[in-house]
Amino acid sequence: MTAAATERGTAATPGRRDPQGRGRGIPSHRRGSAWREARPALLFLSPWIVGFVVFTAWPMIYSAYLSLTDYDVINTPEFVGLENYAKLASDEKVLLALGNTALFTLMQVPLYVVVSLLLALLLDRAGRASGFFRTVFFLPKMTPPVAVGVLFLLLFNGQNGLVNTVLGWFGIDGPAWTTDPAWVKPGLVFMSLWTVGASVIILLAALRNVPETLYESARLDGAGFWRSAWSVTLPMISPALFFIIVVNTIAGFQTFDEAYTAFFGAGNTTYSNDAALFYVIYLFQQAFEFLNMGYASALAWLLFAIIMAVTAVQLIVSKRLVYYEGDR
Amino acid sequence: MSGLDVNASSGVAPAPAPVVAARPVAAASAAEPATETGRLPSRRRRRVVGQVFAWIALTVLGVVFIYPFVWLVSASFKPRGEVFDNRLIPETFTLDNYVSVWQEAPLALWLLNTVIVTVLAATTVTFSSAMVAWGFSYFRFRGRNALFGLVLATMMLPGAVTMIPTFLIWNALGQVGTLTPLWAGNLFGSAFYIFLMRQFMLGLPRDLFDAARVDGASQFGVFWRVALPLSKPVLAVTFIFEVQAVWTDLMRALIYLRDSDTFTVPRGLKSLVDAYGFGGEWHWEIIVTASVITTLPMIIVFFLAQRKIIDGVASSGLKG
Repeated sequence: MTAAATERGTAATPGRRDPQGRGRGIPSHRRGSAWREARPALLFLSPWIVGFVVFTAWPMIYSAYLSLTDYDVINTPEFVGLENYAKLASDEKVLLALGNTALFTLMQVPLYVVVSLLLALLLDRAGRASGFFRTVFFLPKMTPPVAVGVLFLLLFNGQNGLVNTVLGWFGIDGPAWTTDPAWVKPGLVFMSLWTVGASVIILLAALRNVPETLYESARLDGAGFWRSAWSVTLPMISPALFFIIVVNTIAGFQTFDEAYTAFFGAGNTTYSNDAALFYVIYLFQQAFEFLNMGYASALAWLLFAIIMAVTAVQLIVSKRLVYYEGDR
Repeated sequence: MSGLDVNASSGVAPAPAPVVAARPVAAASAAEPATETGRLPSRRRRRVVGQVFAWIALTVLGVVFIYPFVWLVSASFKPRGEVFDNRLIPETFTLDNYVSVWQEAPLALWLLNTVIVTVLAATTVTFSSAMVAWGFSYFRFRGRNALFGLVLATMMLPGAVTMIPTFLIWNALGQVGTLTPLWAGNLFGSAFYIFLMRQFMLGLPRDLFDAARVDGASQFGVFWRVALPLSKPVLAVTFIFEVQAVWTDLMRALIYLRDSDTFTVPRGLKSLVDAYGFGGEWHWEIIVTASVITTLPMIIVFFLAQRKIIDGVASSGLKG
């Protein structure tokens, strides 16, 4: 917005000196032409600028303020200083939710990467059939997460779910995935692998973008299959792998839909759902079920800090491990 | 708000629209190493064996990925007592669920609400994002890169941070309980789509636009009559991505919709799980049938726009 305002100022008085000195030395007619380009640009950018101010910048500022208050939507916010943040540290549910979320993400992201890489490698080898199977693997991604939550409850049902029935064929006595606290998260992780399709497509695209000539020269240098997989394929697809890891980590920390559908909401008064209390579910409850808007805002900022920290660490690590073509 | 990119992730950092040319694997391998005699047959045999192995593995895995759909559809044709029996072909085939589900819940209304929200959301976000992307790709002005950096930065912001104040805005405007908050935010563009479209528009030939200007087209005319028609592929990808994201969105519907008559299908399905699931009356045949009806439109969309969706997803990860 400030950029827009200053540009406008320059325009209204084309002959005067730019107060910030940015246009110093430029003849006035040149500045006029610069403005002639900037004005229509600003018109085109205006939806985003308005949206940014109203739905991003102001909410961030207001959310930071709210996190220092006690606010129930009906009464005016009451300033309480850092009380909400102090409460975060002593709230057992926060610790529980953080633990659940971290454990879920730690299980899910590696499995997601391994499974999507495996599927992509198979697809890359499948020749003409790859198009068909690509469709098959992507289709679950179109399923609404609520329906995925429903499928989780049914397929992973401990007594007569399909998953345990199949495990039974192999003599495995499957756990009570939907009720045993120890197995709820692994169950949700396995269910989430069903929607791995988008990552598969991204990795397949990356695999196919590796120039054939690199494999040729690796072969001429005497590299076998594993050697060329390690020294050619892996570095060349490392940006895509990194992308998938970062995006899924961020999404993992914000897991909500499937677990909320299966374990929370008006219907569930019959069984404990502590094992499925993920961080955003707890945040949602605090904000929209208990109307603790101040406390929920503090929860949101803690999540923001955690996600930023984790992403930063991943970025730093990636500097050493990810190969970007054209970087050197 | 875009759901297709990798996860609910709203797409963090994608890339250009022109998509991956498939490497002609089979053709190349069959033709080229014929000079290295001796080693050729074994390598070719290895490749054939590898491909057969890949097909077998893919078939097994394909069944695993498709079976939940089959299970769900099959269960929706079973009477209440048999929903959990895991039979592929229903022992007692019945259409009753597809009759009663409309009476048990205002499902038709939910579908209508969802169609309204989805069409409004996808249309508005496509045009607003295209406008902004055009502003960033065609014009050169001071601070452009910094401003675009800000657009990209907003993609990193977890939705949870702005969720509460955004709710308070719609609350202050008296829109909580209506469908408006589910789509009106899209009037202002969406960072992921702006990024996607800008990449595409940067690849369009600039001469065309300059020529149109010389011919007397207004700035908006260039955008509307020249740039937009040329950008159809990326507009379509955006529209389809947003259709999927909005149709399947649960969180917003949970936050903003109160009355059952205003529900979208995901929110409605959740209310059915609450009423008829484990915590309720155990009418899973209703839930299963409603799940099929909720999912089916997305499957249809996918088959209508398969190419666009898969190419769009593939390109979203290319540059990392």
